[in-house]
Amino acid sequence: MADLSKLYSMNRLYYVLLAIGGLVVLGGAYAVHMMEHHGHIISGMNNQIVWGMPHVFAIFLIVAASGVLNVASIGSVFGKAVYKARAPLASLLSIAMLAGGLAVLMLDLGRPDRIIVAATNYNVTSVFAWNVVLYSGMFSLVIVYLWTMMERRMNPFNKAAGLAVFVWRFVLTTGTGLIFAFLTARQAYGSALLPPMFIVLSFAWGLAVFHVVQKVIYAWNDKTLDPAILQRTKNLLGVFVVGSLYMVATYHFTNMYFAHQTGFELFILRDGGVYPNLFWWGYVVLGNVLPLLLIYFPGLGKTKCVMVASLLVVLGAFALLYVFIIGGQAYPLSIFPGYEVSSSFADGQVASYAPSIYEFLLGLGGLGIAFLITTVSVRVLNFMPQDKPYISD
Amino acid sequence: MSDIDTQRRQFLKTSAGAAAIAIAPGMMLYQTAQGDTQAASSTVRWGMLVDTAQCKEGCNDCVNACNKENGLSGKTGTTDSQWIRKIEIKDVSSGRALSLPMMCQHCEHPPCVDVCPTQASFKRADGIVLVDRHLCIGCRYCMMACPYKARSFVHETLTDQNPDVPRGKGTVEACSLCVHRIDKGQIPACAEACQNKAILFGDLNDANSEIYKKVRSVASVQIRADLQLNPGVRYQGL
Amino acid sequence: MRLLVSLLLCLCIPAALAAEANAPKLDIGKGGQCVKDTQWMRKNHMHMLKHQRNETVRKGVRVEAEALKACVECHASTSDNSVTAREDSFCVGCHRYAAVKIDCFECHASKRKAEVASKEVK
Repeated sequence: MADLSKLYSMNRLYYVLLAIGGLVVLGGAYAVHMMEHHGHIISGMNNQIVWGMPHVFAIFLIVAASGVLNVASIGSVFGKAVYKARAPLASLLSIAMLAGGLAVLMLDLGRPDRIIVAATNYNVTSVFAWNVVLYSGMFSLVIVYLWTMMERRMNPFNKAAGLAVFVWRFVLTTGTGLIFAFLTARQAYGSALLPPMFIVLSFAWGLAVFHVVQKVIYAWNDKTLDPAILQRTKNLLGVFVVGSLYMVATYHFTNMYFAHQTGFELFILRDGGVYPNLFWWGYVVLGNVLPLLLIYFPGLGKTKCVMVASLLVVLGAFALLYVFIIGGQAYPLSIFPGYEVSSSFADGQVASYAPSIYEFLLGLGGLGIAFLITTVSVRVLNFMPQDKPYISD
Repeated sequence: MSDIDTQRRQFLKTSAGAAAIAIAPGMMLYQTAQGDTQAASSTVRWGMLVDTAQCKEGCNDCVNACNKENGLSGKTGTTDSQWIRKIEIKDVSSGRALSLPMMCQHCEHPPCVDVCPTQASFKRADGIVLVDRHLCIGCRYCMMACPYKARSFVHETLTDQNPDVPRGKGTVEACSLCVHRIDKGQIPACAEACQNKAILFGDLNDANSEIYKKVRSVASVQIRADLQLNPGVRYQGL
Repeated sequence: MRLLVSLLLCLCIPAALAAEANAPKLDIGKGGQCVKDTQWMRKNHMHMLKHQRNETVRKGVRVEAEALKACVECHASTSDNSVTAREDSFCVGCHRYAAVKIDCFECHASKRKAEVASKEVK
């Protein structure tokens, strides 16, 4: 009986969280309404920086949505019990983030009211169009996968569904990377390295998000996570962070080696003002070096350290995406290689971009959608990881 | 194939031919009555040859003509549309300076068409690359893919458009080679406006056209020819 | 049975009259008929316009009489040269009555060409 007051406060907390999430989503809806009404003039985007802050949020959410399924795959495909117990939560997070990311991407369109045209007039050569199939396929597959886990009679199909999800998300992240890899003309993009780079990045970002959410859910349910389990997943995070840093470094190194690309690399890594700062301080130091220290430094690596490390990895992700997407467009497109150029259309000049409040509201709205889906689902269904007392593998 | 099959095919061919002959005069009459109903032909490849030696630095006649013809504001802010722009270029190693107009290059293999998710970007049979604004959802992927930065996004509500050139908020647009003029047998506004005749417009496939002959007699290049997009706009003296 | 049918028919008369009475009074501009009769146009103009837009934009087939521009040219109000400017303008009046959104004039000019041209000169 004494516990009732505790239950009440839990209940209240749930509604407070819902209200906060709802407000954030409402903010996003307001931004969409304003951008629909006034046009993109009220965003910071322009004819040089055509993709801005909403795309940073959207691509983070979509890439992390694919990466978080890694937890599920290690369980279902490679048969590790610790991860298997976390597969439902990972799948839920994946659906939530995918929904948030896609909502941002769609609502940023110039004519979101016409989105149905993307289905009725399908262009088979467009990576965007492929992604429409990949994203909707991902939704359905993950839902089936969840079903095979949560409905006992469907359990025999769990392995097959897990394998399908495993393959599909690789293809999906490849598709996300290809959006940029197919842009031959732009110095920042058009590299075959981008799809694998996005895949490795997705591992790190997805696991980081998973850590944070898992921690919150355990705290909410008044449980403590077995340190041995955290020990394993935190080491995995460390490996993923090192892996992603390696991919990013390789991408920049190969670019630096090509004489026609050195200008771009110098811009991103040294001369570009906000971009090198974000890259070195935001991505490299805050997003990689500090988390690695927190994970591996002797004496550190406790629960709190892993949480901070995970949050920093997410922060680093945003810094990297900002540099990659916006920095990549800001560097002048080389139309006349070997010539100095100038024009009224910003040829030969670094493009300027200042994100507006509406872009942030829209992006945060996407995060809000992911948050709401997760909170409600965790409340009404059992996504709490159920660890067996003895871990066999 | 059996004998009967062959015979049946022959019969079908003959009757189809007869039907065509019967209908054809009617179709012709219909066309003459309606006037301008010819579809763009794939035997035509519209193109331009820009003579940079004739293009004067500081002259903006082509840009102004384009703005007037297509109802553009003519403003050059970061969110304003520019279908054609003058670029001043200087060779870094030799110091030679040139001025030239830059617009949609109307590629044979346009990247914008490849990446468009809805087939809004398309290439007409006669080689003109256009945006079908009825299908454009405003994703701006084509702007990312274009090697010439030829496209603009309409950032705000427009009013009082030219009835011949519909354009509107939330969609992407670019030089249409003045397709509404070409379909009437006129040449693009920029080519008409250039006082030095620096822009030569014509059918690159027509052996009798001036552009056909000139492209074969003087040295001209395509911009970013390394990308092998085969643009319909060529530059002389670059 | 026959009685019932005739009764029902009688009930329809006032409804039909009412519909006519409520029907919007449109400023039809110069009016006239160049494509098909009024009833056909009321029912099918959207299909015709959609077909024509694809033919024109994607293939370059331009049938003058069936172009939206030609519709505006004749049906724009003789007072303000527009098909959308007022409650009873040709397009707006009917579309408001039928509660159907018009998506044409975000991009297409809703005024006569002469009017747009004269504005430019000023």
